Amino acid sequence: MRPLLRARPTGGGPGRAPAFLAVPAVLALAFLVLPLAGLVLRAPWREAPELLAGAGVGQALRLSLLTASAATVVCLLLGIPLAWLLARPDLPGRSALRALVTVPLVLPPVVGGVALFTVLGRTGLIGRPLYELTGFAFPFTTAGVVLAEAFVALPFLVLAVEGALRAADRRYEEAAATLGASQWTVFRRVTLPLVAPGVAAGAVLCWARALGEFGATITFAGNFPGSTQTMPLAVYQALEGADPRAAVLLSVLLLGVSVAVLGLLRDQWVNRL
Amino acid sequence: MTVDARIVVHRSGWSLDLELAVGAGEVVALLGPNGAGKTTALRVLAGLQPLDAGHVVIAGETVTDLPSARRSVGVVFQDHLLFPHLSALENVAFGPRARGVPAAVARRTAREWLDRVGVGEHAAARPRTLSGGQAQRVALARALAAEPRLLLLDEPLAALDARTRLTVRSDLRRHLASFGGAAVLVTHDPFDAMVLADRIVVVEDGAEVQTGTPAEVSRRPRTEYVARLVGLNLLRGVATGHHVDVDGGGELVTADSAFGPVYAAFRPAAVSVYPERPAGSPRNVWPGRVTTAEPHGDAVRIQVDAAGLPVLVDCTTAAVAELGLGPGSPVWLSVKASEIEVYPS
Repeated sequence: MRPLLRARPTGGGPGRAPAFLAVPAVLALAFLVLPLAGLVLRAPWREAPELLAGAGVGQALRLSLLTASAATVVCLLLGIPLAWLLARPDLPGRSALRALVTVPLVLPPVVGGVALFTVLGRTGLIGRPLYELTGFAFPFTTAGVVLAEAFVALPFLVLAVEGALRAADRRYEEAAATLGASQWTVFRRVTLPLVAPGVAAGAVLCWARALGEFGATITFAGNFPGSTQTMPLAVYQALEGADPRAAVLLSVLLLGVSVAVLGLLRDQWVNRL
Repeated sequence: MTVDARIVVHRSGWSLDLELAVGAGEVVALLGPNGAGKTTALRVLAGLQPLDAGHVVIAGETVTDLPSARRSVGVVFQDHLLFPHLSALENVAFGPRARGVPAAVARRTAREWLDRVGVGEHAAARPRTLSGGQAQRVALARALAAEPRLLLLDEPLAALDARTRLTVRSDLRRHLASFGGAAVLVTHDPFDAMVLADRIVVVEDGAEVQTGTPAEVSRRPRTEYVARLVGLNLLRGVATGHHVDVDGGGELVTADSAFGPVYAAFRPAAVSVYPERPAGSPRNVWPGRVTTAEPHGDAVRIQVDAAGLPVLVDCTTAAVAELGLGPGSPVWLSVKASEIEVYPS
C-alpha cells in the first residue's frame, strides 16, 4: 500500500511532531485499534468450530449473507438508473434530488426502520393496500430485512455510480448512437462497461453496509432467529443473553469481512477509478 | 443529391447558417478556422445536435427529427472515440451488431474491414494499446462497417503526428474514393482538404464564404483567410481591361482582361525583390519596406508593406543574405502580369 504522506526528500527531514499533537494522535489511534485487537485476542478460537456449528450462529450467518446479497441486487437494479438520472446535467432540481438520496446516510438507522414501518407496515400507506390485496406484509419477514438493508445501503451505490458516470466521457455514447445503437444498447454495451469499476466499488460498499445493518432491521423486521435475525442482531442477542463468547466470535467474523472489503476496495477498484 | 441540408443553429452571440449538398461518392470538405461552426454543422448532420431551423435530407429521406441511431451516418471522430473496453474487432463489429446482425457475422464483417484498412493484425488489441494512426484506421473501419449512406469525418488527421498523418491521409483518400456514399470532412488544414475532397466549402463565422474544387479554391481564393491558407497574395480592386485599380491604392497590370470588381491573386514565389527600382520589362513595380522575415520551407518568406498593401514574398536564403534583408529594409517588388490571376468578385 502506498504511504499517504512521504517524507520530504531534502531539507532537514520531516521534524518532530509537537507533543500537544502527538499525544492525542497516538491516543486516537489506540482508541481505534485497541478494541479491535481486544476482539481478536479475546475471541474463543478453540471453541470456534463448535460455536459456529451451533444452529443459531450458522443460521444468522447464512441469513446475513443472503439478505445482504439480495439487498445489493435490489440496490443495483434501482440504484444504477437513479444514478444515471442524477448524473444528467440537464435534470431539473438535481441538487435537491441528490440531497434526498443522501438522507439515509445521515439518518439514524432506527429512524429509517420507523419510517419504513409507516409506509410498508401492515397499516402503512402502501403496506395496508398491499396486505389487503395479497395478505402479505413486509415487517418481520426476510423480505423486510432485505428492504431495511437496501434502504440504508442504497445511497452508497447511487453516489459511487453517479460519480463514475459523471467522470465518464459521454461522447462514447454519442459514438455508439451514430453506429445505430438503440438507447438500451448504448446503456448496456457502452455506458455500463465504462462505469463498471464504479458500479463494482459501489456494490461492495453497499453490500458491506447491508451486512452490518442493525437499527433499521431490528426496528422494521424484528429479531426472529431463522427469518430476520442477521449476524449483527445475533451478536447483540448473544451479548445480552446466554453466550458472550459467541458474540465475540461473530464480531471477529464481521470484522474479517469488513477488512476484506476494505482491502478489495483499495487494491482492486478504488485506485482504478 | 445524397445529402441535402440547410443547417441553422443559433447561440448567444453566434449563429450558423449553412446550405450543403453532397452527391453520391462525393467528398466535401468544410474548411475553416476554429470556431467557424464546422464541427457544429457535422454534429447536426450526425443527429447529435438539434438545429434551430432548416432540414437534413439523406438519400431522399428527411431525417431532421430522427435520432442519430436511425440516420445511417458514420462518424470518424477527431480523437477516434473507440470504446476502451472493447477490442478493435468488437469496436468495428459494434455497428453491424447494433443493427441486428448476428454476432458471428458481424465479427466476420469487422475482420474484413480491419484487413481492408490495414490493421487486421491488431484485431484483438484494446484501443489504448494502439498507436494514433492504428486507432484512426480502426475508427474508419468502425464507421464504414455500419454501411452508412453519409460518412462524416471530424478532423480525422488532426490528432496524428506528421509522419503518421502522411500515410493515414493517403490511405484515407483511397478509402474515400471507393466509398459509394456521400462524405463530409471537417478540417482546418487546407492540405487535407485539397488532397481528400472533391469540393471545398470554406466556412467563416458560421457562413459559407467560398465553394469550389480544390483547384479553384487554391487558385482563386475569395477571402483573406482562404488566401492565407493556400499561401497566396490576394488583392481586391476594380478592373478595366488589363488594368486593375487596387482598393486602398496602387494599380496592377494583368495579362488577362476583366471588367468590374475583381480579385487579383499571385503566389509569393512569383514576386521578385530588388534593392533598387528595376529597369526593363516588369510592369508591376512597387516600392516597399520589409516588415517581417521568417523561414518558410527551404525559402524565406518576407512580408513587405508596399504602400499600405501587405504583400508576401518568397525569396531564397541566398537572396536574403545578398540583399541584407531584414525588418525595415527598403525594397522594390515586381510581379509579371502573367503571374496574376484575375477573377470577378
